[in-house]
Amino acid sequence: MELLQLVIGGLANGCIYGLVALGFVMIYKSSEGVNFAQGDMMMLGAFIALGFGNTDQMGLPFGLAVMCAMVLMFGISWGVERVVVRQIFGQPQFALVILTIALGFVFRFVAGSIWGYTPLVLETPFAGQNLRGGGIVISLADLVTIGVTLVLTVALWAFFAFTKIGLAAQAASQNQMAAYIVGVPVMRVNSLIWGLSGAVATVAGVLYATRGAIDPNIGLLGIKAFAAAVIGGLGSLPGALLGGLIIGVIEPVAGRYAPGELAKMSPYIIMLIVLVTRPGGLFSQIQMKKV
Amino acid sequence: MRVVFKTSYDKDIDLHEHGQSRAKIAVLLAVMVALPFFVGNYYLAEAANTLIWALAGMGLMVAVGHTGQVSLGHAAFLAIGAYANAALMNAGLPFLLTFPIAGIITGLFGAIIAVPAVRMSGIYLAIATLAVFVIVEELVILLEPITGGVGGIMAPSITIFGISFDRYASLENFYWLCLAVVAIVTWGYANLMRSPTGRSFLAVRDSEVSARALGINVTRTRALAFGLSSGVTGLAGALMGHYIGFFNYELFSIFISINLLLVVTIGGLGFIQGAFLGAILITAVPQAISIARDNLVGIGIDLSGIPGLDTMIFSLILIGFIIYEPTGLYGRWLKIRTWFEIFPLARKDMFRRQKSYLKTERMK
Repeated sequence: MELLQLVIGGLANGCIYGLVALGFVMIYKSSEGVNFAQGDMMMLGAFIALGFGNTDQMGLPFGLAVMCAMVLMFGISWGVERVVVRQIFGQPQFALVILTIALGFVFRFVAGSIWGYTPLVLETPFAGQNLRGGGIVISLADLVTIGVTLVLTVALWAFFAFTKIGLAAQAASQNQMAAYIVGVPVMRVNSLIWGLSGAVATVAGVLYATRGAIDPNIGLLGIKAFAAAVIGGLGSLPGALLGGLIIGVIEPVAGRYAPGELAKMSPYIIMLIVLVTRPGGLFSQIQMKKV
Repeated sequence: MRVVFKTSYDKDIDLHEHGQSRAKIAVLLAVMVALPFFVGNYYLAEAANTLIWALAGMGLMVAVGHTGQVSLGHAAFLAIGAYANAALMNAGLPFLLTFPIAGIITGLFGAIIAVPAVRMSGIYLAIATLAVFVIVEELVILLEPITGGVGGIMAPSITIFGISFDRYASLENFYWLCLAVVAIVTWGYANLMRSPTGRSFLAVRDSEVSARALGINVTRTRALAFGLSSGVTGLAGALMGHYIGFFNYELFSIFISINLLLVVTIGGLGFIQGAFLGAILITAVPQAISIARDNLVGIGIDLSGIPGLDTMIFSLILIGFIIYEPTGLYGRWLKIRTWFEIFPLARKDMFRRQKSYLKTERMK
């Protein structure tokens, strides 16, 4: 019973990792770059929602505040792509890694200057409500998290699999020049995907904030989300969610039955094992080039 | 415009292209050796710090700049070097023995990591090294008998042949020790890069496929480069431990890894000189910021209330360099020098970046 309780809490946690990982995967799918600032975008999204929604700030209703935050974060991420990331278009991936690490620090500084470094709590309508059944307690926040994540994953998967823009984004990631030749507006698609990943990050941030206080350093959670994305295989949306769930469940279970440091290491150990045995992740997309 | 007159084929791979560059290095070394006689203790300590950062930067440069393996976890190797050295010295071994052993331990650890890691490319390697960093950080806390756990460990003072090289009691000696290590490593590094091994590093960086076609064992080359890289970083870590004196796991945070990346990218990827320029920048900017902060207080602007300003400024510098000068400070210097060397003939678009398009790494 205790184990089941841990697993349910872990699933909800894993969904948040999975959502942040979805953001990585989206950008990876469209430009084959990895956005190391995704965790910080999640943090910024959560703070913007807090700024719109909390009564001592702007005091909008919760749903409206989240919508506003998503729109604003869409704009911010879209702008970041337009102004900064586009400058290194076509450069090796390494440049983007360093650029986004630096961007993450900028986001953190901005959030810290506006909202301060003391932890704040986002006011949500489902705080503190629990469902009980058969000796297990499930908080409403956990259920909402799991539900929203499932819906988002399916929606994004459908977006990339079936829509014109989604397919164009995948084409752009495989070969930019070829994508241009067949008429894909690569840069515009990239901006759009960045904006979308900002909105997804906001959802992740709000869901994270329903489970506890937030401060500008929660962006470091992004590192765990990487592990999730890599376990799933960068470039696979369901894989990212699966990776997030694996990490989310194993962490509390390891924390219960193993020393604390080992529990902290566990996501990375799993990730290394996956990388060593399957270098492209569980849903690998690496293919050999046939010459 | 200088014309280098070559009289033998060996001149093509000479360490110095012409006598003047050899003389310049000699003058620089002489100035560095004489530095303790001119500056006070504060700046001498800063100089030693810069040298240690340059050493660590050279370590990372082998991996990132010369073999094209991005590592986000080099702070882990600094930590291993520092702890190995301090632990061995606490066990009673002399510094002359523990210092190289610390380097070898770190190098072996790096090579062991590299063996599975070389199967990964680009982004996967960066993330794997990040994971290794987190694991090492937790291991440091777990291995309390050796590392002192959360409490930390004391780096004992260095004595070689009865002469004290303590960081506080005899700072000049410590500085000279750092300088000697850095000079030897730099000399070795520069020589490595003109040997077949060093050339194969460059070949692997530029194109794995063509390197393999030329008969280079890519896996072995990358593992060797990563091992060397971590070994040199381990040496820097050992010195850094002595420089700090008393340290725990918090000294080697993820920010150190990122600062190291900053050193190599801002300095200039693929140039040994870049590691030095980057190290100077990274140690000088915090000083400049604190001086500027003091002066701004004088005219009524108080910045001390803004935490994280240093990181913010570093980030902006980094973003600026990535976008406008990807070849770093040394690359910029080379451009300026070329402009003067060919004086009236320089043209505007001489160094314009070629338009390039990203191709997938998912095809190998």
